[in-house]
Amino acid sequence: MLSDITLGQYLPGRSLIHRMDPRVKLALTFAFIVFLFVASNFQGLALMVALMLVVLCLSGVPVSQYFKSLKAILFIVLFTAALNLFYGSGRRVWGWKFMQITDGGIGNAIFISVRIVCLILFSSVLTFTTSPTQLTDAMERIMKPLQVLHVKVHEIAMMMTIALRFVPTLLEETDRIMSAQKARGADMESGGLRQRVKSLIPVLIPLFVSSFRRAYDLAMAMECRCYHGGEGRTRMKQLHMTGLDAAAVAVAAVFCAGVVLCAALFPASLH
Amino acid sequence: MFVLETKDLTYVYGAGTPFHKTAVNRVSVGIERGEFLGIIGHTGSGKSTFIQTLNGLLRPTSGTVLLNGKDIWAEPKKIRSVRFRVGMVFQYPEHQLFEETVLKDICFGPGNMGLSAAQAEERARRAAKFVGLDNELLGKSPFELSGGQKRRAAIAGVIAMDPDVLVLDEPTAGLDPQGRDMLLEQISAYHRARGSTVILVSHSMEDIARFADRVLVMNEGRAVMLDKTKNVFARGRELEAMGLRVPQITSILLTLREKGYPVRPVLTVDEAVEELRPLLRKGGAHHAQ
Repeated sequence: MLSDITLGQYLPGRSLIHRMDPRVKLALTFAFIVFLFVASNFQGLALMVALMLVVLCLSGVPVSQYFKSLKAILFIVLFTAALNLFYGSGRRVWGWKFMQITDGGIGNAIFISVRIVCLILFSSVLTFTTSPTQLTDAMERIMKPLQVLHVKVHEIAMMMTIALRFVPTLLEETDRIMSAQKARGADMESGGLRQRVKSLIPVLIPLFVSSFRRAYDLAMAMECRCYHGGEGRTRMKQLHMTGLDAAAVAVAAVFCAGVVLCAALFPASLH
Repeated sequence: MFVLETKDLTYVYGAGTPFHKTAVNRVSVGIERGEFLGIIGHTGSGKSTFIQTLNGLLRPTSGTVLLNGKDIWAEPKKIRSVRFRVGMVFQYPEHQLFEETVLKDICFGPGNMGLSAAQAEERARRAAKFVGLDNELLGKSPFELSGGQKRRAAIAGVIAMDPDVLVLDEPTAGLDPQGRDMLLEQISAYHRARGSTVILVSHSMEDIARFADRVLVMNEGRAVMLDKTKNVFARGRELEAMGLRVPQITSILLTLREKGYPVRPVLTVDEAVEELRPLLRKGGAHHAQ
């Protein structure tokens, strides 16, 4: 049923990673992703993998969860790997008519696959250990300087928070409307594609109408509580950076410096 | 033979997960053809889950639901035909309206049954009459109607399928007192005119007392009482222990009886007047014993 879909992927916990400041987590995740691309050889990549393993262990999230998020992108990884296999230079290992696999191609395939897997795992750590509200909070704070350019940072963050907040509500509503239409004999499980798309109309229209109703209600409720945008607004939950965050930044800096060093010392592995 | 019967009906939410919850626990009840059954129970007592198993919207974890003696899940592919025979009106049914006109929306159910457009429309018009929707409203968009009219239109959409059993989950929630009485009167009139079985889930004990022949009381997923309405409400103290009330007037009579006055715990004010009159004639101050 629809209720099986959980909002985001946040898994509450008390691990070191959970306790980090969301702003730092967000920034570091971004940095790690950049450095995954800075790493141009296997030595650098190995450093990133090591860092990733450390972070994964510290997060206290069950390994099965990480496998689940990898399963979702398995196809993309295999597809990219297969493509890279055939586009490489170097010694020919196997060939058939116009296709050939070289040792360079094999290297590329492994390199790119590891890179994508790391990318997904790093972002998974962020979403597993940070609640959606914390994330939007962090984004609001990080994007604050953009206000100089008249970007409505607070409004964007508020919209994101509201959108996230209403996902479960709307799912519940969808479930209810689907039940009601099924009770009137709506058939949503059989028929061809055309038929199925058509059978969604009785669900989508009421859902649309109720979303608007909710939006009006929410706007009214916010106005009643004198909401007037972000100006002069204080926060209930202040974000604080602690020694933990400083340590995390230091560790990250060491690894990233290592990656740069590897890039300078060793030849690139991509062919 | 019962029109609907459940045997050891159990429904578990999230079986096999940490959120595992038994919403309906081994419920075995029989619902008689043509009766008006009220279902009462505290919030979370399993009423809503129970009624959703009756038309196959939820498939029981274990146990069976028999419609006219046949297991409704004997042929899962034909479950839709069960839904036409056990019509279900959800809470706030006006949220399910979607068509361009009220008439078309009421026709949605009959249309799904495979009736021709003309037949469906005829049924829709008849259903609209039962719930008291004026003819000129039928051509309007359902979103132009008032709250009470929307509710009627949605209920008509279920009645139009001409079900053997009509299940209503809190049909009067959010209506004003006048609209509430009118809607219940119309449902009751429909019940009498068509002779179909009506199941009414309600938090209003007064409404149940006025219309139901029998009452099913649910508590923590179990069916704890199923009896004639007046017999159920005579057990007022037990109901209170489950977080339920009895109709106000019954409550007064029950209190009087506990104090020793010779009154029966009747359900309506009119009956109560008859019960109390002899006491007043005696001068009122004499205790029965």
